Amino acid sequence: MTEAMAQPRTLFDKIWESHVIAPQGEGTYLIYIDLHLIHEVTTPQAFEGLKLAGRKVRRPDATMAVADHNIPTTNRAAGVAGIANHESKLQVDVLERNVREFGVPYFAIDSIDQGIVHIIGPEQGLSQPGMTIVCGDSHTATHGAMGALAFGIGTSEVEHVLATQTLIQAPAKNMLIEVNGALGAGVSPKDVILAIIAKIGTAGGTGHVFEYAGSTFRDMSMEGRMTVCNMSIEAGARAGLVAPDEKTIAYVMGRPFAPKGAAWEQAVAYWRTLPSDPGAKYDKEAHLDAADIAPHVTWGTNPEQAAPITGRVPDPARIDDPLRRAAVERALQYMQLKPNTLLTEVPVQRVFIGSCTNSRIEDLRAAAAIAKGRKVADGVTALVVPGSGHVKHQAEEEGLDRVFLEAGFQWRDAGCSMCMSMNDDKAMNGERIASTSNRNFEGRQGKNAKTHLMGPAMAAAAAVTGHLADVRQLG
Amino acid sequence: MEKFTQLTGVAAPLPIINLDTDKIFPAIYLKTIKRTGLSQWLFQEIRFRADGSENPDFVLNQAPYRNAKILIGADNFGCGSSREHAPWALLDFGIRCIIAPSFADIFYNNCFKNGVLPIALHKEIVDELMEDARKGANAVMTIDLETQTITRPDGDKVHFELDAFRKHCLLNGLDDIGLTEQKSAEIGVYEEKARLARPWQFGMTQPRT
Repeated sequence: MTEAMAQPRTLFDKIWESHVIAPQGEGTYLIYIDLHLIHEVTTPQAFEGLKLAGRKVRRPDATMAVADHNIPTTNRAAGVAGIANHESKLQVDVLERNVREFGVPYFAIDSIDQGIVHIIGPEQGLSQPGMTIVCGDSHTATHGAMGALAFGIGTSEVEHVLATQTLIQAPAKNMLIEVNGALGAGVSPKDVILAIIAKIGTAGGTGHVFEYAGSTFRDMSMEGRMTVCNMSIEAGARAGLVAPDEKTIAYVMGRPFAPKGAAWEQAVAYWRTLPSDPGAKYDKEAHLDAADIAPHVTWGTNPEQAAPITGRVPDPARIDDPLRRAAVERALQYMQLKPNTLLTEVPVQRVFIGSCTNSRIEDLRAAAAIAKGRKVADGVTALVVPGSGHVKHQAEEEGLDRVFLEAGFQWRDAGCSMCMSMNDDKAMNGERIASTSNRNFEGRQGKNAKTHLMGPAMAAAAAVTGHLADVRQLG
Repeated sequence: MEKFTQLTGVAAPLPIINLDTDKIFPAIYLKTIKRTGLSQWLFQEIRFRADGSENPDFVLNQAPYRNAKILIGADNFGCGSSREHAPWALLDFGIRCIIAPSFADIFYNNCFKNGVLPIALHKEIVDELMEDARKGANAVMTIDLETQTITRPDGDKVHFELDAFRKHCLLNGLDDIGLTEQKSAEIGVYEEKARLARPWQFGMTQPRT
């Protein structure tokens, strides 16, 4: 071995090193951002800051805007004028004014290209391997499924990226999350990530970037990898990555913003250099066996409070640490659940199939397969909200909308919707929800709303049975 | 950004693990287009009762802690959403320093952009400071950034670690963007190199013909 031989590097190391512009003090670096996705909620104050300082957007050609959080999921042909809530409309108006004034490309809300920002990045071919991608939203980790280093930032950092196309960052540590083996029937990528979070905890990844490796992820669809990467932040990680492979390249090819012709060949050659080198070192590791993962649901008020659907609500009396016991007691009080209750005996009043975690075509197919020929249970309101105009269109081409409508589900237009209820879609009167979104925090889906997170087929199973249910029992 | 040099004030105990940013600042109020005046919605769900009146059990509604400038928190403080509204609302309430065993990464970053100092210390030390914070009007601490020390109510001093660059920015109230703009030549050089290495990423979001 000569000294000239480079240390084996991880995928994260390679992306990080190729984006460092200069050191900025000890342990901190100025890094370059390749793609900046913006939406209406976390940008008004950033554009205001630019205006006050007389600054411009440095790279409008590396920036893409869309409104998603405040958008109604009905009557979209009416455009922005159709947004009934005054404050929601103002936020979208302000975004539209800012993108015009600063020359930033924008997918309008009545366009088929509109959708949840983390759905449309990959869908449009904007999110590509090896990129640094940021957005003022913690679920930016989704784009890591493309083999990109993608992470959420605050509004001050949004302003920083708009003005300079850079960020001041400390490098993250590497954490390997390895899962091997085939998933059982009825077990989805959502169950994989819920099982990972339940194992390592909501702070298990703090300061780290995850690399998801192993045969389970290799065999997973791109959509499934996006579901997994999406929830990296729920384990505390800034970002989650899957190494780009042939599946990734095939996914990007031909999409509207993907490179074409000679540029495509050059891009693919570069992407093939990105996977972690053999022998690359990780600061931390976690290993799971796919065969051990059952369909999961959450029972509490953060995503680590999850259990296999065959399990029971835990008993706080069996927890030693006083703060952890207090947290579980508080969670059960909020969720109005008694210790040791069978999870399959918990009734639901509302079902939400959507969000940047689970609103892609594959998710809708999985939910429709359960809904087909069945009916939404009495007393249950069930919403299906596709992730983008294109997902909606494709689902309709496949007849999924008719399956849902015949079963008694509502079929809506694209947006963030009930994931965090900034539009009109919210739980009423403290309803209990089976939700395919990513956070079960108190009050997130409506005042006193009780959220149980799960995959799309599991949510459809809850809709047709009226309670949390094991999708494997429905066949 | 306001400078952070020395801070003396009441420290409030908030022993809640995994205190998420939805709890600090509920999503429904993210419709604001402003960054000031946000303390009215701070900790909405636990600070107010259903009828809108104050919940007397919540620490920041109790006399000495209404003027708290420091929070003593628990593990994974500020987890969840990237919303900077969380530190904006804390700052608007008057909180300029949070001490906890660990912080969520994005929240931690967001604090520094607003002149709020997050201090991570070993759990055993935070437990002691949590006890100090239960002393009501006597829960007065002083944070000195230059010497990186916390002076406890009994006069004992606790040292804390902090990245030198972040310390420099806080001490001088420096605006990150202004600092980065001083490196605009280096950014330009990087862009020229990147344009040769990854040309397909330039002009990417412009409309196609």
